Amino acid sequence: MTQHLNRRGFLRGGLALGCSAAAFPLISHATFAAAPFDHRLIVVILRGAMDGLDVIRPVGDRNFRQLRPELGQGEGPALDNFWQLHPGLSGLMPLWQAGELGFVQAVSTPYRDQRSHFDGQDMLEAGTAMDSPPEFRRDGWMNRLLAGLPGARSETAFAVGREALPILSGPAPAQRWAPETEMRVSPQARRLLEQLYEADPPFHSAAGTALELTEMLNDLEPMDPAGESEAMMAPPPMMGLPEPEKANAEVSAFAAFAAARLREDTRIVALSLAGWDTHAGQDNAIRRPLARLEQLILELKAGLGPVWNKTAFIAMTEFGRTVRQNGTKGTDHGTGGAMITAGGAIRGGRVLGQWPGLGDSDLYAGRDLTPTGDVRAVAAWVIHGLMGIDKGALQNGVFPGLDMGTNPGIV
Amino acid sequence: MATPKAIIAHRFGFGPRDGKLPLYPPASRLDKPDRMLKTFAAQGSADAFAWLVEIRKISDAAAGGDNAARKQRQAALAEASRRALVNARLELARAVQSDDSYRERLVRFWADHFTVVARRTLQRPLMTPFADDVARGHLAGSFAGMLRAATTHPVMLGYLDQTGSVGPQSQFGQRRKRGLNENLARELLELHTLGIEGGYTQTDVRQAALLLTGLSANDTDGTVYLPNRAEPGAETILGKSYGGNRKARIDDIYQFLDDLAVHPATARHMAWKLAVHFVSDTPDPALVADLAAIWRRTDGNLLAVSTALTEHPAAQKPDQEKARQPFDYIVAALRALGTSGAQIMDWKDPVLRRTALRPMTAMGQTWQQPNGPDGWEEAFDRWITPQALATRIDWAMQMPRRLRDKLPDARKFVDLALGDLADDQLIRLVGRAETNVEGVGLVLASPQFNRR
Repeated sequence: MTQHLNRRGFLRGGLALGCSAAAFPLISHATFAAAPFDHRLIVVILRGAMDGLDVIRPVGDRNFRQLRPELGQGEGPALDNFWQLHPGLSGLMPLWQAGELGFVQAVSTPYRDQRSHFDGQDMLEAGTAMDSPPEFRRDGWMNRLLAGLPGARSETAFAVGREALPILSGPAPAQRWAPETEMRVSPQARRLLEQLYEADPPFHSAAGTALELTEMLNDLEPMDPAGESEAMMAPPPMMGLPEPEKANAEVSAFAAFAAARLREDTRIVALSLAGWDTHAGQDNAIRRPLARLEQLILELKAGLGPVWNKTAFIAMTEFGRTVRQNGTKGTDHGTGGAMITAGGAIRGGRVLGQWPGLGDSDLYAGRDLTPTGDVRAVAAWVIHGLMGIDKGALQNGVFPGLDMGTNPGIV
Repeated sequence: MATPKAIIAHRFGFGPRDGKLPLYPPASRLDKPDRMLKTFAAQGSADAFAWLVEIRKISDAAAGGDNAARKQRQAALAEASRRALVNARLELARAVQSDDSYRERLVRFWADHFTVVARRTLQRPLMTPFADDVARGHLAGSFAGMLRAATTHPVMLGYLDQTGSVGPQSQFGQRRKRGLNENLARELLELHTLGIEGGYTQTDVRQAALLLTGLSANDTDGTVYLPNRAEPGAETILGKSYGGNRKARIDDIYQFLDDLAVHPATARHMAWKLAVHFVSDTPDPALVADLAAIWRRTDGNLLAVSTALTEHPAAQKPDQEKARQPFDYIVAALRALGTSGAQIMDWKDPVLRRTALRPMTAMGQTWQQPNGPDGWEEAFDRWITPQALATRIDWAMQMPRRLRDKLPDARKFVDLALGDLADDQLIRLVGRAETNVEGVGLVLASPQFNRR
């Protein structure tokens, strides 16, 4: 059992280093307290700027088709007499009908005019305004949310996948994992590694968490040596040909891992789906990211089982895209966009948001959908309803300077 | 006690090869011929595009319903993946074999600065030729030359959608109702030159996009300038007017690029980026200021700037603040283990995948597939995460014995891999490993080997 105790030592050192030892008392697996709330929050960053107007189409607006004569060729299911869903998400219609899927149109972060993916995503994940003080810009808003949750610990929040997720980064401990990771180390080597990393806090912390997670996963599904060696020989996904399959497998792994964690102690999950930057040939280019989004939502629902009823899922993107199609049957970086909500804990079946219209004088800078709501306010009201966090903490601590406005009643 | 020579070899190179530190200062060979490019020569851009033209004919026939052509197209996709794999192997071999490894590090830096990503399988074989043309060809020349090579390269023009951008008032734009795409113009200002804080506006982006119209590319002819797609009239960018009432010409674009290359904001942005990549996530302001001054004084002479970077006092300090990125980590480990470029060329494909490409992905850096045109992140905590470190530890413990029948004695290997960067604690712990394999693994998993 020295191995076991050793792991504890590793973990303790790792967490102590999060420079928030006071707020997050040292913990071990055995002393994990119950999470402070029972609901689940999943936030998905749609990287690349999803074209909200193509995904939730305002077909009832008489200007819409004229502005985009060659986009959105295939008809999708009608949500009501104004809105139509992109056919690539038609698999979600049962959720819409059950009130477990909703949308918010014409929303954006406070980010304006520069239209850079990277800055747009930074602001989306930092949850800040253009004039927020720099100390807020460094950390993700979900990390500040976590820091304010009494009794939160690293296991409470998970970033899933290999990509960086600044939305969860910051001093409050959160975990991050790609479901397929392995670490094969003998007990003696483990002891030596622990001593080796002792004087180097970032290494010590990372290794401690890695050890904890590999062991959790081993508990989840017993290791299969044959399968392992086969996996080592398989061609790497990116080098292979059928990319859609790769996307499917990756999304499945994300969904399965996230659902497994959320069925246990984890309450908050962040992940990202890329591929929305449809500058050219949008009708074709948007299909794959939509398929991945649909698959993610459906597999999370299936994997969560009864926990789905306590779950709110929010998908957000850095900004919308130009209202008019561009010269390459695509759209360029814009401003107002859309959000997608799902889960048994939300009141769906509605497209929320104040519609600004698409007439020339309605547009932002003569080119973009005018934002009439703030992405952060939507997230804040969901969190308020889900976790009971008060408005003051949300408007000052999590999203500095945000005015939440009136409650849209999503949760 | 770490000596300056060892620190420099890790910070600006891939560390020692087979225990030997480079004999020359890192920048002293940059103006000499690129030997690795000859020894491990990859297919050039022209040949790579010529192949695509052939494949395009097959694709057209396949789209027309020709069954034989459909099969040929499937084979072409497999061939594209194979070619991309050959290129990955060559680039790995160059980095592992080179005794001029600052050059190899700079190749990675500049190829990343001008990131291009294959959106489709067929484009994958173009990525290495792009890096060879743009980064390798201009390392010791002027940034203006490199910027022109990158911005007008057919791979870049395709990646950032310039090939579809048309002046709305141009002949072609009017006749075909085609318009502007701002993507290249925006990244040119934000990422490649001035930087996000470089003081430009949305109007500058728009004007730059208008100026760039006419610049295009196709697989058959490579880069082309099509005056009938160029927006008529002058454009004003950052207060300077380009073009005019005369017929649109590519020289106006060149003039704009040359101005961007020596702009003070570009000097500052690039000085900062080099310092961050090679020295510290939070570099000494004096280092950035001094490099920017040299950039301005020499009009962006990359040999002068790259040399000054390695010689600056702020770059000599012993703290290893940066994390080796996954490619660099695997290259450094292979060099320490004595793997040669020739051996890498002989590896079977599955060996290449399991030794380098798959682990790189699991460490967070899929080869030639960064998330977007801003390339790979620099921050230490982006690379030393639980999952990435788990993979590094797994590699360190499992891979060396697969690569060599007989590993060097771990106590000797500490010295081969790290020289005097190894401290007493590491040497002591390596001596206490249960097996030699684990001792070697401990060295490769150590913070000293994963930092630079």
